[in-house]
Amino acid sequence: MFPEYDVIVVGAGHAGCEAAAAAANMGSKTLLVTMNMQTIAQMSCNPAMGGIGKGQIVREIDALGGYSGIVSDKSMIQFRMLNKSKGPAMWSPRCQSDRHVFAATWREMLEQTPNLDFWQDMVKGLIVSRGTVQGIVTGMGQEIRGKAVVLTNGTFLNGIIHVGEKQFGGGRMGEGGATGITEQLVGLGFEASRLKTGTPPRIDGRSLDYSKMMVQEGDEEVVGFSYKNVESIIKADPSKQRNCWITYTSQEVHDILKTGFDKSPMFQGRIQGTGPRYCPSIEDKINRFADKDSHQLFVEPEGWNTVEIYVNGFSTSLPEEVQYNAITKVPGFENCKFFRPGYAIEYDYFPPTQLKFTLETKLVRNLFFAGQINGTTGYEEAACQGLIAGINASRNAHELEPFSLQRNEAYIGVLIDDLINKGTDEPYRMFTSRAEFRTLLRQDNADVRLTQKGFDLGLAKQDRLDAVNVKNDHVAQIRQILAEMPIEPSEINTFLEENGQTALKERQKVAKLALRPDISIELLAAHLPQLQENLKPFTKQEIEQAEILLKYGIYMEKEKEMAEKMRYMEELIIPDQFNYEKVQAISTEARQKLTRIRPHTLGQASRISGVNPSDIQILMVHMGR
Amino acid sequence: MYQDTIVALATAPAAGAIGVIRLSGDQAVPVANALFKGKDLSKQATHTLHFGTIIRPDGEIVDEVVIGLFLGGKSYTGEDTVEISGHGSLFVLNQIIELCVAKGARLAAPGEFTQRAFLNGKLDLAQAEAVADLIAAENKASHQVALSQMRGGISTELQGLRDKLIQFTALIELELDFSDEDVEFADRTAFKQLIADIQRHTGQLINSFAYGNAIKNGVPVAIIGKPNAGKSSLLNALLKEERAIVSNIAGTTRDTIEEVMNIEGIPFRFIDTAGLRETEDVVEAIGVSKAKEKIAQAQVILHLYEDNDTGLLQELADSLKGKIVFSLRNKVDTPITEETNAVQEEGNMYLMDISAKTGYHLELLKQQLLESVRGGFADSAVIITNTRHKEALMRAQEALESVTHGLEIGLSGDLLAFHLKDALLHLGSITGKIDIDRDILGTIFGKFCIGK
Repeated sequence: MFPEYDVIVVGAGHAGCEAAAAAANMGSKTLLVTMNMQTIAQMSCNPAMGGIGKGQIVREIDALGGYSGIVSDKSMIQFRMLNKSKGPAMWSPRCQSDRHVFAATWREMLEQTPNLDFWQDMVKGLIVSRGTVQGIVTGMGQEIRGKAVVLTNGTFLNGIIHVGEKQFGGGRMGEGGATGITEQLVGLGFEASRLKTGTPPRIDGRSLDYSKMMVQEGDEEVVGFSYKNVESIIKADPSKQRNCWITYTSQEVHDILKTGFDKSPMFQGRIQGTGPRYCPSIEDKINRFADKDSHQLFVEPEGWNTVEIYVNGFSTSLPEEVQYNAITKVPGFENCKFFRPGYAIEYDYFPPTQLKFTLETKLVRNLFFAGQINGTTGYEEAACQGLIAGINASRNAHELEPFSLQRNEAYIGVLIDDLINKGTDEPYRMFTSRAEFRTLLRQDNADVRLTQKGFDLGLAKQDRLDAVNVKNDHVAQIRQILAEMPIEPSEINTFLEENGQTALKERQKVAKLALRPDISIELLAAHLPQLQENLKPFTKQEIEQAEILLKYGIYMEKEKEMAEKMRYMEELIIPDQFNYEKVQAISTEARQKLTRIRPHTLGQASRISGVNPSDIQILMVHMGR
Repeated sequence: MYQDTIVALATAPAAGAIGVIRLSGDQAVPVANALFKGKDLSKQATHTLHFGTIIRPDGEIVDEVVIGLFLGGKSYTGEDTVEISGHGSLFVLNQIIELCVAKGARLAAPGEFTQRAFLNGKLDLAQAEAVADLIAAENKASHQVALSQMRGGISTELQGLRDKLIQFTALIELELDFSDEDVEFADRTAFKQLIADIQRHTGQLINSFAYGNAIKNGVPVAIIGKPNAGKSSLLNALLKEERAIVSNIAGTTRDTIEEVMNIEGIPFRFIDTAGLRETEDVVEAIGVSKAKEKIAQAQVILHLYEDNDTGLLQELADSLKGKIVFSLRNKVDTPITEETNAVQEEGNMYLMDISAKTGYHLELLKQQLLESVRGGFADSAVIITNTRHKEALMRAQEALESVTHGLEIGLSGDLLAFHLKDALLHLGSITGKIDIDRDILGTIFGKFCIGK
C-alpha cells in the first residue's frame, strides 16, 4: 500500500509542514503523517506570526525557500514593524493572522507540492534497526518504510490538559494525545522530560465593549514577511487591516483570580513540567509580581470572518468559573461570553543536547526532531527547526553532506546551536539578545544572507536568486551615489539648523552627513532635488538597506571580526571518540557535560554551560593545539 | 603528551645558603635515583626527606643533598616530583641539573611547572597566573598582592562590577526584546551615573597596575650627575643596611647584578651601579649620552648636583619626560634648620637639599621616593599586577567610554548593548565568566513581569 519513502514527517504543525515541504521540494519522496488532516498548520495559541527575534526567523525561513513567510503574508489581517524606533537590527515584522486562512493556505500549498503524500493516523512507534530508523508504525498497525523520519509531535506526546482540578489526556483542547513514541525512545536510551505551556480563554467578540479599550492599529505601510511579492489583502490596501485592542487587569481581577489558587494545578503541584518564564500565566504574574496591581492584556481578533477573540496576556489554568468571574472585571469584558476556557498543557520533550547540529539524534541515525519535542516554544522556532530537519533528512536520504547555519549567519543558527549545546530546561523562545551578532542578523538582509544557500540546496528558486542579485547590485549603486555626491553648505544648512543640527562648514559627501544619527537619506532626499533624482531608480527597501549598511557599518565590521575569531574555534573538530575522562584538569561538571553532549567542534564546546574558558584551553592543549 | 620529565632550579639563580632543584614527571624518581647515593628512592613514601650525596657516573661526589619526594599526584604539579636541596653554589647546582638532563630529564621552559599544575587540574587560570607572579615575587609586598589575587580579591572586585553592568544591560535588553509590552523605560541619567561609577572603579584598578608593577618588578632608579657630584657616596649611604640584598633581574640577558634598596616592601633597583663604583671614571666623564641611556631604563631619576650647577639637568630635559625626577643639591653640610620647605614639587620634579656624607634628609628622601611611586594607593586596595588583567580592564574601559558617548548622542539600544556586552566580555575574561546572555535573560525574567 505504501512505497518506501525518502522522508517521513510525523506531525503537521509548523515544524512538520516546513519539514515536509523542504524534503519534497528537494526531490525526496515524502510522506506527511498527521492525526487529523483537518488540523494541518493549526495556530494552537495566538493568531500571530513574527515579533521581536521571531519575525527575523520567518524572513530567514522565507529566504531559504520555506513557506511560513508566504503563508503569513497571504493570511495576515494586521501588520506592524515592531521596534521601528530602535536600530535596524531590532526592527521586527509581526502580523495578526486569520487562523483559518493560515491553516487553509498551508494545506493548499502542501497539496500543490510535488513528491508529497499525506496519511492520516497516529504514529505509535518507529521501526529502528541497528541504530538506524527505517520507518514508522501507525495506530492501525501499518508499517511504513522511510529512509529518514522527522518527529514533530508538538504538545501531543503524553499530553495532559489541566483546567483547575480537572485534567485529561490530549494534545490540544478537544484532540487526543499521542502515546507510544516516548516510551519506545526512552527504551532506546533517550532522556525524556516534561514541559508545560498554557493558553488563554477564547471569547465571543460580540460580547465585548471596545469603547472601554485602547485601539492598536496596524502600520500605514504593510511590508509583510516574504521577499517574494505575495498577494495580500492588507498589502494591497492597508486600510483594511483589523485592529487589536489593549485593556488592563486590576487589583479586583487579581483578587478574584487568587480565590482559585487552592485549585490551581500549578500551585498545587499537579503540574510537574516547567513553564516558560517569559510567557507566564496570569496567576503566575500576580503571584510572582505581587506589587503590580495591573497587567496589560491584548485583545486580538482571530480572523476576517469570525467573532472569536484571543486574550493575549491572560493565559491561565485556573478553574473555568474563576477565569470567567475574574475577566468580567476587566474593562470592556463586563458582559463577556466564553467560547472556551484557558488551559495548561503538559507534554514530553527530549532535552535537545541529544541532537546533532543537523537536528538528527545522536542515538538513532536518520531520526530527526523538530519543534516543541526539542523544548522550544513558538510557531517560528518550530517552523525553522522543521525546515532544517527536513533539509537534513532529505540530504541524509540521498547521502549528501549535512547542512547547517552558523551563529553569525542566521537566528536559526543561534537557535539550533543554543539548543544542542546549552539545552533548555524551560520552553526556549528566541530573543534578539541571544544573538551575539545582532547587527548582522537583520530582517532586511535575510535574503542577502541566505538565498544563495537556499538555492544551492534546491529550495529557493532562480527568481529569488535573481531578485537578491538585483538588490545587491542596486544597493551597491546607491552606496556609490551617496559616497560620491557632494552637498554644498548653502543647499542644506537652513534645513540642518531648523532641525537643531550643526551646520556644514564646507562641502560634504552625502554619505558623511548621513552618518549623523538623526539624519536619514529620506530626509535629505526630500531637501535635495538632485539626490531625489539620483535615487529614483531604486526601491525604498534598497535605499533603506544601503543606509543601514552606511550607518551601522562600523558595528557590522566589528561583529564580522568577532565572527571570524569564532570561526577559528568552529573549525577545530573534536574527534568523535575523544575520551574526556582522560583529561583530568577540566572540571567534573565540564567533563560530564562534554561526555554527554559530545560537541562537534571546540567552538561548540565553549558554549556549553559549565564549560569554562580554562577547560577549553586545556582541551586545546590535549588536542595538540 | 605531558609525560616527559622536566628539571629546573626552583630557587633564585644566585648564590645563597641552599638551592633547590625540582624534577617533575613520570621519570622524576628514577632520574634522581640514578644520581643519588643513599636510600633507594623508588622504595620511599611520599612526603619524606632523604639525606645523601649526588655522585657523577665516574663516582666523584658532587654535593651533599637532602631529597624530598612528592608522589602520587600530591605535588604542586600533580605529577611525581623530586626536590633536591643542595648547597648554594650555582656551579654545583648547575652540575646537578646537567646530570639530571643526562639521565633523561629535560630543562623546563619558563613557567612550565605552573603550566603542568594548571593542566593537571591543580590551579585554575587566574590562580596559575597569580602563582607565576608569586614565584617571581621577591619580597613581602609582592607576596601579599599575589596572595590576595589567589584568594579571589580581584575576582570579587570584578564580580561586583560585572553584576552592576549585567543589571544595566538587562534593562537595555528589556527595552529591545519586550518593547511591544508594558515595560518601564529605564532612566538614562541614572545609567550615565552608574557607568561613570563603574568607570571610576575600573580606572582605579588600571592605575593600580603601575604600583602593582613596582611591587612585583621593583622600581628602576638611575643616579646621574656630573663627576664628583657624590653619586657613589649617595648610593653607599642609601644602601647602608641593605648591602646583602642582591637580585638577578629576570628577562635581561646580561648577567647584571643590581643593587636594591627596599623601602617598606618596594624594591628600588639602582641601574648600572658598577659604573658608579668605578669612581668617577672616564666613562662617566663622557657624561650626557651615558646618562641618557641610564635614564631611558629608569622610572625614577636621582639627579645630584653641587652648589647651583643644574646644567646637566637642563641638557637632559627632553629625556626626562614621564619620569619621576629628584633633583638633589648635595653636600649641604651646614643644614638650614628651617624644615618647612624641605621638599619642593615642580611638576614631576622634587627638589631637595641633602647630604650624602652626613645623612641629612636621606630618610626624608626615602619617604618621598616611596610616596612618589605609591601615588596614593592604600596597601589594602586590590592591585592589578598582571598585564593580561590590565589589558582586559583597558578594553572594558574603552567599551564603557563608548557607552557613555552613546548615551550622550542618543545611540539606539542595540548599539549601546553592543558596547556593554563588549565591556562584559572583557571583564569576564579575567574571572572566566562568559555566559553573558544567560545572565542577562535571567536578570530580566527575575526582575520584570514580562510576557503575554
